[in-house]
Amino acid sequence: MSSELNQLQESAQHAVSDCKDLAALDAVRVDYLGKKGKITQQLKSLGALPKDQIREAGQAINAAKTAIAELIERKHEELKELAFAEQLSSESIDVTLPGRRTGRGGLHPVTLTRNRIQALLEQLGFEVAEGPEVEDDYHNFEALNIPPHHPARAMHDTFYFENDLLLRTHTSSVQIRYMESNPPPYRIIAPGRVYRCDSDQTHTPMFHQVEGLLVDKNITFSDLMGHLESFLQLFFDTDDVGIRFRPSYFPFTEPSTEVDIKIGDGKWLEVLGAGMVHPRVFEAVGLDTSVYSGYAFGMGVERLAMLRYGITDLRSLFENDLRFLRQFN
Amino acid sequence: MKFSEKWLREWVDLEIDTETLTDQLTMLGLEVDSAESMMLDDNIVVGTIESVEQHPNADKLRVCRVNAGESESLQIVCGAPNAREGITVPVAKVGATLPGDLKIENAKLRGVESSGMLCSAKELGLSDDASGLHEMPASFEPGTSLNNALGLEDTVIDIDLTPNRGDCLSIRGIARDVAARNERAINQLDIPEVEPDIDDTFPVKIRDEVGCPRFTGRIIRGIDPTANTPMWMQQKLLRCGVRPISPVVDITNYVMLELGQPMHGFDLDKLDSKITVRNAKAEEELLLLDGRTVELDENTLVISDEKGAVAIAGIMGGETSGVTDKTTNILFEAAMFDPKKIAGRPRQYSAHSEAAQRFERTVDPTLQRLAQERAARLLIDICGGQPGPIVEVIDASMDYQPTSLHLSRGRIQALLGVELANEDIVRVLSSLGLGLEEHDDGWRVDVPSYRPDISIEEDLVEEIARVYGYDRIPRTHPGLLPDMKPRSETSVLIDRLKLVLVERGYQEAVTYSFVDATAQAQINPGDPELPLANPISSDLSVMRTSIWTGLLGALQRNLSHKQTDVRLFESGLKFVTIDSELRQLPVLSGLVSGNVVEEHWSDPARELDFFDVKGDLVALFDQANGVTVSVVKDTHPALHPGQSARIHAGEQPIGWIGKLHPRVQNSLSIGQPVYLFEVDLEALDKRRLPNFQDFSRFPSIRRDIAIVVHEEVTLNNVLACIDNESPKYLKDVIAFDVYAGKGVIPGRKSLALGLILQDFSRTLTEVDIDKTVSGVLAALEQKLGATLRE
Repeated sequence: MSSELNQLQESAQHAVSDCKDLAALDAVRVDYLGKKGKITQQLKSLGALPKDQIREAGQAINAAKTAIAELIERKHEELKELAFAEQLSSESIDVTLPGRRTGRGGLHPVTLTRNRIQALLEQLGFEVAEGPEVEDDYHNFEALNIPPHHPARAMHDTFYFENDLLLRTHTSSVQIRYMESNPPPYRIIAPGRVYRCDSDQTHTPMFHQVEGLLVDKNITFSDLMGHLESFLQLFFDTDDVGIRFRPSYFPFTEPSTEVDIKIGDGKWLEVLGAGMVHPRVFEAVGLDTSVYSGYAFGMGVERLAMLRYGITDLRSLFENDLRFLRQFN
Repeated sequence: MKFSEKWLREWVDLEIDTETLTDQLTMLGLEVDSAESMMLDDNIVVGTIESVEQHPNADKLRVCRVNAGESESLQIVCGAPNAREGITVPVAKVGATLPGDLKIENAKLRGVESSGMLCSAKELGLSDDASGLHEMPASFEPGTSLNNALGLEDTVIDIDLTPNRGDCLSIRGIARDVAARNERAINQLDIPEVEPDIDDTFPVKIRDEVGCPRFTGRIIRGIDPTANTPMWMQQKLLRCGVRPISPVVDITNYVMLELGQPMHGFDLDKLDSKITVRNAKAEEELLLLDGRTVELDENTLVISDEKGAVAIAGIMGGETSGVTDKTTNILFEAAMFDPKKIAGRPRQYSAHSEAAQRFERTVDPTLQRLAQERAARLLIDICGGQPGPIVEVIDASMDYQPTSLHLSRGRIQALLGVELANEDIVRVLSSLGLGLEEHDDGWRVDVPSYRPDISIEEDLVEEIARVYGYDRIPRTHPGLLPDMKPRSETSVLIDRLKLVLVERGYQEAVTYSFVDATAQAQINPGDPELPLANPISSDLSVMRTSIWTGLLGALQRNLSHKQTDVRLFESGLKFVTIDSELRQLPVLSGLVSGNVVEEHWSDPARELDFFDVKGDLVALFDQANGVTVSVVKDTHPALHPGQSARIHAGEQPIGWIGKLHPRVQNSLSIGQPVYLFEVDLEALDKRRLPNFQDFSRFPSIRRDIAIVVHEEVTLNNVLACIDNESPKYLKDVIAFDVYAGKGVIPGRKSLALGLILQDFSRTLTEVDIDKTVSGVLAALEQKLGATLRE
């Protein structure tokens, strides 16, 4: 009897360890522990034994039953883990395939540059002011001390309309409009489109400027130079930028200067025009020059964008070719 | 202005080298554009042609024997038409390098040995004359280096002058600035009066106040018409970019370059009776020196004799009264013209001249006599002749008045931010030729006639700063703190809107504000145009009334480069006329064409439709959530009539969205559908300030219904109908399906709606829900003829 039980237990052990999956293991369980299973049959056959053996044999069978159940339980856990691992492995993907996205776009390099200029100057308290692009002669020229026949007009190839209106040739016109309608002090920048009737390799009939105006008490040419020097160093994000203030001429500033920069060992390049606001400009807007003084500056956004981003052809900025635009994303 | 460094150094003694000089000029505001050395290779020497023979194998080549100062003459093959025995010319010997890096080596030209090259002026960079060999005086010794013979140890400096510095359109003017910078005085030229040998004068009349404050004339009779301009003068002219022509012309140019006074030489024998300075008569014609006949207008100042105009004053002389190689009697003119009478005229008549360039910027109003004396002296020295006296006519009403200005010490410091020593101020201003008289708080400054650009105190401050050196003025940072400024929380920055589009795949474009009139007429036909009077080209001739025109151009460009998935936006002004008043309105426009998503390995690319673009637009309105926006079906000439809508903020129309009209799409040869939107930016500038409302803690319940309505009924109609009932507990309605086709009666469509219900204080019961849903259904049935879908 006991050797039979031992045999049974041994074969159950083999059967369990041979199981490759949960279904097979369940079959083994039924085969041994089910209602008609081999161990169950053993228990049922106890009644045929002499009474004094029943107890002992019963215990032995139950021990075998428990041992087999334990074996099955362990195997079950083992197979479940195996099956889970297989499931996970079957769910494995190629993580290097591209993700799903709506492609991101980007801002135009002129906007990026304008934003950079604005962000730097806003720290000094400059606020954005705006003005019309179709302007009158007074705000674009006369109030800026450029009367008719002034030779400086020849430097502005102006687009005209039939009715004495024109396209502003610079954002300096915004200075006038702002001062006309606001009390001093002033700290404004006026970014925007400007127009000149000129088109070749290095000129487009439309381009962008940022005008700046700071009017307060005791503002001097030294301050102008200090501010613009800091601005340019910060804009180009390097100390290795030579900055040169060169005397120049603008009808609406006196003294006037053009500002050249030299990055590394490069050549001097003009990036800014500036000066102390001309008394006739203050006169035009009715400002008391015994109390206030100030400076104005103007910069070409395209020029700065080209220097900053290494753009070589000005005209590419207005072709809106996606292969160009995407490089700034 | 181009000039010879050597000539400048005749006017001011300098110990600085060329590089320092050019740096100084730039830092004086006379920006140096280029500085090019004239020096040639020392192997380029003077040579004389001893004999000339025809080349045996080439019609146009000659074989020359040339004495270049060596023991044996050189054999050089030459193709120049003026190669002939006896002339003295530049010879580039073997081993020489010409400008442009041309190396001269022994060569065989069509079978004949050639040991060097005979040169034209152009080949040596002396002038642009390439017509033949550069002939030089026979007095030059063969073998002398050309550098020595022509004095080429010189640099041609080109400066860019600002319009205020007309005085620096002369060597003397530049010398004044350089002298002041180097604390030197200029070497004043001794120009004694030329005593008249004859009494002949030519009568001159200036019509009142026409724009000629001063006019001087002088007759010189009996000059030698065969005389030549001396080499030194030719060289100076050439280096200043002026081509030598004849002694009379060369001398007027020389005096102009030296002193800044433009002059003109007339052939006296071709002038009739007297000179009048007057305005041209309408349609008066003049044959100019450059061979063109121009029709003048009444605003043009002319020099006239009894027969008619002989010159456009200050701009260009006439052909018929000009000097020729036969002229023996001349009239020199030196005048002052009002810049206002000159400005713009050179462009008007396409007659740009050195003289006009100077008069446009104002010439020293007192310089005319001096120029006459200088010119007469030079002419007599070169060509002989008997001078008459100078006739000077002055229009007293316009004549020069000296300027005196007050300069206060305080003003200098207040403007520059630096305290300068009195002696520095005095030194700088007096070295520029300004007269100073000290006063309590500053000076009285007398401005010389050659600096009409100095007219206010600030001009003096700039002069001081300029010569003292901008680079010596400290760069400071004023300690002024700006005031705090209000910062709105309820306005929407354009940058924020732009970033919404960027995140949704749009590239920002910048297109021109002026567009092609025809292209624009397709977008907004019938709208009033704002045309430019002087457009740069016909395709950039009217101001845009919509940004769509420019964006469509950008799309076409990208499509032609096989860039087919295009999402662009642009913000800027559009120029529209409303009630005959021009309005410059900021708008934000978008264009989308191609696929919704880029090609992806898991999802098929899908062509986009109206609702993709509407989604982008709604994303913008999510930012501007202080505006109640509705999208209302409407038609626009550029949009597909079935797929276009007007956008309203409240009652106010603020923009358009739709599919580009297929007709317009075809006429633009665009091969794929295009969707567009444009909204007024000002309407998007409202954002709601968050204001907390308590929310229900009880669960919400969703009931789905499907109704069948007429196909013309819009979702808006349905929602409005439900909204009108204000059904109890209804919080939201979601449209989750739209269907027409099998199973739905033709002409009708099925709409599936999810109704979201919730109460603030309790969980809703089935009874509550049924009551609300059946109320909604009843309203839809009654008002819209809706039926519940089976």
